[in-house]
Amino acid sequence: MSTWLRLAGFGMVFLSAVLMLLLQLLRRKKISVFRDIPALTRLRQAVGLVVEDGSRLHVSLGHGALTTPQSASALAGLALLRRLADLTSAGDQPPIVTSGDATLAILSQDTLQAVEKFSERAAFDPTAGRLTGLTPFSYAVGAIPAIRDENVSANILMGTFGVEVALLTDAIERENTFVLAGSDNLTAQAVIYASAQEPLIGEEIFATGAYVESGPLHHASLTVQDILRWLIIAVILIGGLLTLVEVL
Amino acid sequence: MNRTSFLSRVIAIASTAVAIASGVLVLGGYFFTQKADGQVSLLAEIRLTLLSWAIILAGFAIFIGIINLFQVHFKKIRQKQKGSFYSLLLIISLVATFLLGLVTPNQVQKVFTTVQLPVEASLMALLTVTLTYASIRLLRRRLNLLSVIFLVTALLILLGTAPLPFLGDLPVFSDWLRPFIVRVMAAAGARGILLGVALGTLTTGLRILFGADRPYGGNK
Repeated sequence: MSTWLRLAGFGMVFLSAVLMLLLQLLRRKKISVFRDIPALTRLRQAVGLVVEDGSRLHVSLGHGALTTPQSASALAGLALLRRLADLTSAGDQPPIVTSGDATLAILSQDTLQAVEKFSERAAFDPTAGRLTGLTPFSYAVGAIPAIRDENVSANILMGTFGVEVALLTDAIERENTFVLAGSDNLTAQAVIYASAQEPLIGEEIFATGAYVESGPLHHASLTVQDILRWLIIAVILIGGLLTLVEVL
Repeated sequence: MNRTSFLSRVIAIASTAVAIASGVLVLGGYFFTQKADGQVSLLAEIRLTLLSWAIILAGFAIFIGIINLFQVHFKKIRQKQKGSFYSLLLIISLVATFLLGLVTPNQVQKVFTTVQLPVEASLMALLTVTLTYASIRLLRRRLNLLSVIFLVTALLILLGTAPLPFLGDLPVFSDWLRPFIVRVMAAAGARGILLGVALGTLTTGLRILFGADRPYGGNK
């Protein structure tokens, strides 16, 4: 990578960081208004139902390893898990978390353990956060018994998936339970759109934290994403125009 | 504040500090790779060291993950839960593969090529039916313009890709319509989605660097 590209990348990261901090400070006391994402509205209802009827929430974090660029969607899933585990801490049973990567399984256990400390339930069960397989298909097949046999009424599939996500959504459909699914992988997004009850498309998976009120920085990060998106649109349009008039 | 809660608070603060410092150093090492004289920068060296440590830790994590897998299925067998027979099969296979790996390390690959691969290939074949059924149910689940566009596009791509019996490739579909959808419309849409995902990835990473999202440390 050339020095200029590296500097441009650093500039973008630095600009985003400064914008996020500034917006967080400026909007600390303001109530943020978001566009309606029906899937996330229904997620709140599903979480409420989990607490009311004593069933379980199942969160699946995909098979994206933490040492790869695909880790961001799984980290967004973990952030959502933390918030949802908080919201369901008044319920009878802890959420179940399945993943196809060992580091994610450990982090999910850690997240559940952190929330369990403050809940009135029995001691933390390490099998609530589990590794179900090390290849994409074995992971998906290993997660199906959790969906089917453990009194789950709401499923969140968020992370890196491939086509194997269809096996999970099909199992969920058979159980007639709620599913919210999103991935950073384009193929998985197409499969999810066709097979899941509540799909999240594109960057919507990174917006979930703000919608479930995870904190002011989540709100600020959504605004930064919007600003950067407009910036990229402007750069593409200007680049197109300059190419048209043969300057570039 | 009692001693235990004080200690856990100290551990949480220390782990947050270590995680943020590691993140900043790796990020810095990615952007500033060289010194003014052209030599590898200290940040780049630290980045490589930290990444090597992460890979070693990920290796240990797999070992812990497999113990966790064993625990989950052993619990199922012990409590005679539904599907405990399959859990027993899994544990027997796990132990057998492990022993085979110890006794004949060169032959263990055969377990994957003769058992794992065919099973995964048949699951892939099963997905064709699952996805076809899911597409049919899509209109029943969400009857809107986008669903119709999705299904029509899928159908057009299929007609342009798979040669029909006795007819072969369909003239307009395979040489004009399919390339147009794939190279122009789908590529443009995919790039838009990927840009959005990249921005989401950036802000997620920054939230972790700021300590707002902490998928580590144990404390709230």
